[in-house]
Amino acid sequence: MSSPSKALPAWIDVGVIPLINILLAFFVSGIVILIIGEDPIEAVKIIIYGAFGNDYNIGYTLHYTTNFIFTGLAVAVAFHASLFNIGGEGQAYIGGLGVGLLCLALDQYVPFWIILPLAIATSGLFGAAWAYIPAYLQAYRGSHIVITTIMFNFIAFSLMNYILVNVLIEPGQMSPESRDFLASAQMPTMQEAVGWFGIEIQKSPLNLSILLALFSCLFVWLFIWHTRWGYAIRMFGFNENAANYSGINTRRLVVGTMCLSGVLAGFVGINEIMGNHNRVMLDFVAGAGFTGIAVALMGRNHPVGIIIASLLFGTLYQGGAELSFEIPTIQGEMVKAIQGLVILFCGALAYMARPTIERLFTAIVVNNGARKEQTNG
Amino acid sequence: MSVERIKAQGPDAVGGQSAPPPSIELPAIELKAISKSFGPVKANQNVDLKVLPGTIHGIIGENGAGKSTLMSILYGFYEADSGEILINGQTKKIHSSRDAISFGIGMVHQHFMLVETFTVLENVMLGAEGAPLLNKSSQTAREELLKLSKEYSLAVDPDAMTGDLPVGLQQRVEILKALYRGAEILILDEPTGVLTPQETDQLFKILDILRSRGVSIILITHKLQEIMAITDRVSVMRAGTMVSERETSATSKNELAELMVGRKVLLEVDKTDANPGEILLDAKNLSYREDGITKLDDVSLTLRAGEIVGIAGVSGNGQTELLAALSGICPLQTGSIDIGSVQITPHALKNPKEFRELSVGHVPEDRHRMGMVTAFNAQETAIMGFHEDPAYNGKILMDNKAVQEHCTRLMQDYDVRPEDPKLKSANFSGGNQQKLVLAREMDRRPEVLLVGQPTRGVDIGAIEFIHKNLIAMRDAGSAILVVSVELEEIMSLSDRILVMFEGRIVGEVAGKDADARQLGLLMGNAGTQSKSSEQQNNNNTTHSEEISA
Repeated sequence: MSSPSKALPAWIDVGVIPLINILLAFFVSGIVILIIGEDPIEAVKIIIYGAFGNDYNIGYTLHYTTNFIFTGLAVAVAFHASLFNIGGEGQAYIGGLGVGLLCLALDQYVPFWIILPLAIATSGLFGAAWAYIPAYLQAYRGSHIVITTIMFNFIAFSLMNYILVNVLIEPGQMSPESRDFLASAQMPTMQEAVGWFGIEIQKSPLNLSILLALFSCLFVWLFIWHTRWGYAIRMFGFNENAANYSGINTRRLVVGTMCLSGVLAGFVGINEIMGNHNRVMLDFVAGAGFTGIAVALMGRNHPVGIIIASLLFGTLYQGGAELSFEIPTIQGEMVKAIQGLVILFCGALAYMARPTIERLFTAIVVNNGARKEQTNG
Repeated sequence: MSVERIKAQGPDAVGGQSAPPPSIELPAIELKAISKSFGPVKANQNVDLKVLPGTIHGIIGENGAGKSTLMSILYGFYEADSGEILINGQTKKIHSSRDAISFGIGMVHQHFMLVETFTVLENVMLGAEGAPLLNKSSQTAREELLKLSKEYSLAVDPDAMTGDLPVGLQQRVEILKALYRGAEILILDEPTGVLTPQETDQLFKILDILRSRGVSIILITHKLQEIMAITDRVSVMRAGTMVSERETSATSKNELAELMVGRKVLLEVDKTDANPGEILLDAKNLSYREDGITKLDDVSLTLRAGEIVGIAGVSGNGQTELLAALSGICPLQTGSIDIGSVQITPHALKNPKEFRELSVGHVPEDRHRMGMVTAFNAQETAIMGFHEDPAYNGKILMDNKAVQEHCTRLMQDYDVRPEDPKLKSANFSGGNQQKLVLAREMDRRPEVLLVGQPTRGVDIGAIEFIHKNLIAMRDAGSAILVVSVELEEIMSLSDRILVMFEGRIVGEVAGKDADARQLGLLMGNAGTQSKSSEQQNNNNTTHSEEISA
C-alpha cells in the first residue's frame, strides 16, 4: 500500500516548518501575554533588545548558548544510538566538580596553558564517569537508561552538596562555595580575548569556551557521519537488529556512546566553572542539562541545528530574564511558559503543521506544472 | 517440473470449477475509471473492474502495481481522486470501511485483524455488538454464527481462544466476521501467504462453497498457480493500470506472467544437477531455547560446496532461529558448528562479524528488520557488516568515496535501480532492496551463503534474476542454505530439501524427488499418519506424537 505521506524538499522540512512552529509558539505566547494585560509587541521588543541590544547582552546570550551547545550535543550523540540521556544536568555538574578540583589543586603551581588541557580532559572524564554507570547498568543489567540517568542527577546534586559543605567550603563564610581560583586557572573572557586585538567590549560571562563548543560541533559532525564508530552508532540507533546482524558489540557501543555524551555534557563545567564563576559553587548548571534535551530535539540532533536551537534558547533565557525585569507582571514563570511553548510546538507538535504545508506545497507545484504545460501547449 | 505437478493437482483438490455465469447479469461490483495519486505517484490510473456475482475474480500484479490501493479504495480506506463505484448497478460513495460494510463488502486482510485474547465469538461480534449490554447480543450472535458456520461449512468453535487456533482457522474466523456483517462481496488480500499447502486447499474449498452460495470474491495474489486453480476471471494490473482481463480457462501462467511484467519471463529455474563437494559447514545437535520455549531442537545439518539446501516449513517453526544460530546472531546454547577447520561451540563462541570472516554470508529473512537500515542511504546499507573493512576507512575518517564506488559497482553488477548510492534505502522498491542486500553478501563470494526468504515481496522479474544468481553461485562452488515459505521456490531451487517443524528437522527429500503434497504433510507434521513417514527417524516420530496428542 503506498503511503500517503510524501517527501518534501529538504529546505521546507528543516527550514520552513521549524520556522512556522516557532512563529506559532510565539503567537500563542502573545495571546497569553495579552490575557494578562500586557502588550505582546512590547514584550518581543524587550526580549530582542535584552538578548541582542548591546555587547553586554549579546555576551550573556552567547554564554548561555555555549552551555546549550554542550548539553544539546550530549543529548544528540546519545540519541543517535537511540539512548535518551536525561542525565546531562548531573554529568555537567560532576564535570564542573572535576574542573574545580583540578583548578584548586594546580592553580598555585602551574601556568594556564598546562591547566587548560588538563581541565578539559578532567571535565570530560568526570562527565563520562557519571554517564558510565547508567550506561553499564543499561547495557549489562537491563536497567532503563532514562530512569537511571534521572536518578543520577539527584545523586550528583547530593554529592556536590556534601563536598561543598564538608570539604571545599572556604573557611569563615556561610555560603557553600570554594575559594576563588587564581588567575592561572581562569579561562580568558571574551572581553580579554578581543582586547588582545585592540577591540573593546564590556565584560560579560562570555569566554573562550564558546570556541570549544564550536569545535565540539565540528567533532560530533565528523564523528557521527564520517567515522565507522559513528556509522555503528547510527545503525544501532535506527535498527538494533541490524546492528546485531552486522556483528557490532552493542553493549560496548551503548557504554561508549553514553561516555561520549557525558564528556560533552561535562564541558559545561569548563564554561561555567573555569570561564564564569572561577570557583566551585552550587547549582551552576542551572537547568542547561534539561534544556539540552529541547535543543537536541529542535536541532534534529545535527550540530548545525543544535547551534541554531542553542542560540534561540540563549535568546529566550537572556531576553526572558530582561523581560521579567522590565515588565514585573511577566514573571520568571511566564518566561518559562514561553520556553515551554517553543518546546511544545517545535518538539511534541513538530509534525502538526506538516500535512497542511504538504498540501499547500503540492498544490503550488501542481499548479505551476499545469501552467507550464499550458504555455508549452 | 514440480510446479507443473501443483498445477495439475490444483483443480482436483479444489473441486470442479463452476462455469462463469452469463454476463447479462448486473456486476456485483463495477469500478469505472478509478484514479488515485499520492503526490506525484499515480497509484491507480483509470482503472476499470467488473466483478460478476457468484464468481471468484483474481487480481494479479507485481508489488506496487496498485492492487492494494484499488482494494483500499473499494473498502473505504482511501477515497479515489476520480471515478465511480457501482455496487449491484447502483452508484455508491464509500467514505469509510463502515460504508463499505454497510454495502455488503467484507475484507480479509493479509495480516489478520483479530484480538488474540478474545474468543472466536467475541472477535466476530467486535464492532457489531448491537447493544451496550453483551449478554443478550452475544446470545443472538452465537446463534447467527452457528447458522453461518453450518450454511457455509465453516466449522469453528465459538468459545475457542482465537490466539490458540491454527492460522488456517484464524483466517476462517476472519471470513466469518465478514459474513456476520452481511458481506456478499468478499475481498481477500494475499490470503495464502501464511498457510500450508493443505490449509490453502481448505481455503479454496471454502471459497468454492461461498461462490456456490452466491458470494462474489475478489482474490488478490501474486501467485499464478492460485489464480489458475480457483478463479473464474482474472484481471492483471501493472504500474497502476489495468492491463488486461482474461477468462481464467482461456489463459496460462506464462501469459499472465508476461502481462504482469510486460515482457517474457522464465518461470522455471534453469539449472543443472548439483555436484556436491566437500563439507563447508557442519552443524551438530543445535538446540536453542528462548523464554522457556524450545525454538531449535537438536538440529543437525551439513552444507556441501556446490549445493543448495532448502529449508521448507511453515514460518515460525525454527527457521529464523536456525539462520540466527548459523550466522552467529544467536549465541549457541548447545551443539557445535564446524566451518572449515574452525569449531564453534557454546564455550568458543563467535560473533556475526567473525562468522563473516569465516566466509559465511547471510541474507536475513526480513530485510527491513535486519538486513538493512531503511533510514540509511544505499551506500551505507551496502557496507553493513563490513564497515570496519580497511577498504572503506582511512585512519580515522571513513572513505565515503570508496564506499560510494563500491555501492555503484554493486548496483551495476546486480542491476539495482535506480542506480543512486545516495538514495535512502527505504525509497527503493522491495525487489531492488533485496537485490542490494544480496549483492552485498554475494559480492564477497562467501563459501557458505545463508539466504532467508530470497524473494519475499519481490516482483517476478527480480525473482528470476535472484534465482539465476543463486544458481550461478552454487555452480561456482558455494554452499547455499535457502529458507523460504514459498514451497515452489524451495522445490525449484534446492538440491536437497529439509523440512522443519517445531524446531526439528522432520524430513529430508532430494530436490529432484520433491513433491508438494509430501512436503506439505511433513510441514504440517502429518507425516506420522502418512506413508511418507519413512523419512523420519523413530525418535522424531514419537516426539511429534507427544506434541500432537
